[in-house]
Amino acid sequence: MEAATAQAAGVQPKRRSRGVPERRLAWYMVSPSLVLIALVAVYPIVYAVWLSLHQYSLINAGEVRWALPSAPFGNYTDALWGQDSAAFWSAFRTTFIFTIASVIFELLIGIAMAMAMHAAFKGQGILRTVILVPWAVLTVVTAITWQTIFEPELGFVNTMLGAVGLPDDTIWLGSEPEALIVMIIADVWKTAPFMALLILAGLQVIPNEIYEAGKVDGATGWQRFRKLTLPLLMPAILVALIFRTLDALRIFDLPFVLTKGAQGTDTLSLISYETFQQNRLVGEGSALAVLTFVIVMAVSFLYIRFIGGNLKTMAEE
Amino acid sequence: MEAASVPAAVERAGKKTKVRDPAKPRTPWWLWLAVAGIVVFCLFPFYWLLNTSLKTGADLSTSALVPPSPTLSNYEAIFRDANFTIALKNSAIVALVTTALSLIVGSFCAYALARLRMKRKFLILAIVLSISTFPQIAIAAPIFKLWRDVGLYNTIPGLVIPYLTFALPLTIYILTSFFKEIPRDLEEAALVDGATNFEAFRKVVVPLAAPGLATAGILTFIAAWNEFLLAITLTSSTSARTVPAAIAFFTGATQFEQPLGTISAASVIISIPLILLVLLFQKRIVAGLTAGAVKG
Repeated sequence: MEAATAQAAGVQPKRRSRGVPERRLAWYMVSPSLVLIALVAVYPIVYAVWLSLHQYSLINAGEVRWALPSAPFGNYTDALWGQDSAAFWSAFRTTFIFTIASVIFELLIGIAMAMAMHAAFKGQGILRTVILVPWAVLTVVTAITWQTIFEPELGFVNTMLGAVGLPDDTIWLGSEPEALIVMIIADVWKTAPFMALLILAGLQVIPNEIYEAGKVDGATGWQRFRKLTLPLLMPAILVALIFRTLDALRIFDLPFVLTKGAQGTDTLSLISYETFQQNRLVGEGSALAVLTFVIVMAVSFLYIRFIGGNLKTMAEE
Repeated sequence: MEAASVPAAVERAGKKTKVRDPAKPRTPWWLWLAVAGIVVFCLFPFYWLLNTSLKTGADLSTSALVPPSPTLSNYEAIFRDANFTIALKNSAIVALVTTALSLIVGSFCAYALARLRMKRKFLILAIVLSISTFPQIAIAAPIFKLWRDVGLYNTIPGLVIPYLTFALPLTIYILTSFFKEIPRDLEEAALVDGATNFEAFRKVVVPLAAPGLATAGILTFIAAWNEFLLAITLTSSTSARTVPAAIAFFTGATQFEQPLGTISAASVIISIPLILLVLLFQKRIVAGLTAGAVKG
């Protein structure tokens, strides 16, 4: 009753209802998710840290020995400057080369695609559907697709290179650094469309009046792009960049299917998998996983800083 | 202005231009070229996969644009292979159960975050989001050890449970931004009529949020269907392997046969559900992908 009068008077109505008080209901509704997240994400990470500080090989499961390694933080020192450091730093390098190269190309192609889609009013729906195909295709399928394309005889790449007089006998996935290049191309194909969609959404909220004003002031197309579009697009670009960077740093499926990590394509996630799953060295593998985690979290710290404001507005009423 | 209104923004933008430039409705040639470029870039690689899947024998060592003697025998071969058909069934179960679970649990959480008064909302949302940035490998190693100890290794539930680490944050994030778009008036009216907060959620908000639920469901399904790292880490045999994992270990019918033909056929088959989803729900998917990413 009171509420109705308040609303009629144009005042924010006081929410009053039977049942559980609002604040307590909110916690009831949030807690199942929080408990699940704690169980399936937080607890495993804590356990990974514990495992990484211990050594135990599942191969000698008969003589169960879970103990601290002889040297403190032995799994970490082995990975960083001990016996396994060559593999770790090589994977570190590969992961960062892959991330930087693929994200830069994805961004450039994504911006170009978004601008073209924004300008083409006719058939935009069809274009969006087309552009979603690489995004929706499984990463494993992406890897197989590019494997068929770069396969020396079956693929069209060598045939095309031969047609223009270039060497046509490259064994792409069997050479270094060619294998890494194929991996980058496959990733750019799969995710540039995602970038394009995020950037297109950013373009569409820029009011047309701004361009009109720019035109009146006599700005050229390039000037309008650099001085008007790009700054206004920055938030959308940053979000897309950070999403993609975090994803690229975790890359696993592409090198697994393309090369099984051979020819300089071993990434951080992949060497960790090889260590704990294939070699059954759970402690050592966990240390590599924790290192990967720390690296990705350090980068995602930037992410929270950039879109932290965005999050805050979402959480506020 | 948020995600859901993006398609509307497109329409508005389109109309505006038509009104502004009635004399110049023609698209310039370079734009057509760019559009054609995008279409070729996106579709031609997938065509090559399709092309390969229709080749067998000697055709598999030619780069012919069209298979010289097209055949469906690769498709017949994979459907005769129990490794593939069981994996297909496992994939469907894992993806559907993961989606259903995270929609049920996640919608409660999202509603509270979007609508109810509570403390530490920002903290909760930040935790949920940062979980989605966790590298999967960091949970794969400990869960591998844990599942082997408790007997969940190489089982379907053993996959569904860790899949929630990416499915729940995705659902919560998308649904929170959708719930915020629903006008408050209807809910307020229900509350005035004496409904409890929970009844208002169940009877008013959930039906109105159906498009949002569909979007979150589609994106979660796709993510679960695509998942690979946990799928190969936490399974060891056909009984629980999902399709992506099965394909990665596929080695062709005989040792001497180039296995790319059959692998391509399997790849085409498992892409079909995803391509259907894209064709049917393009707008929803775009709205979900851009949810919260762009603020108007």
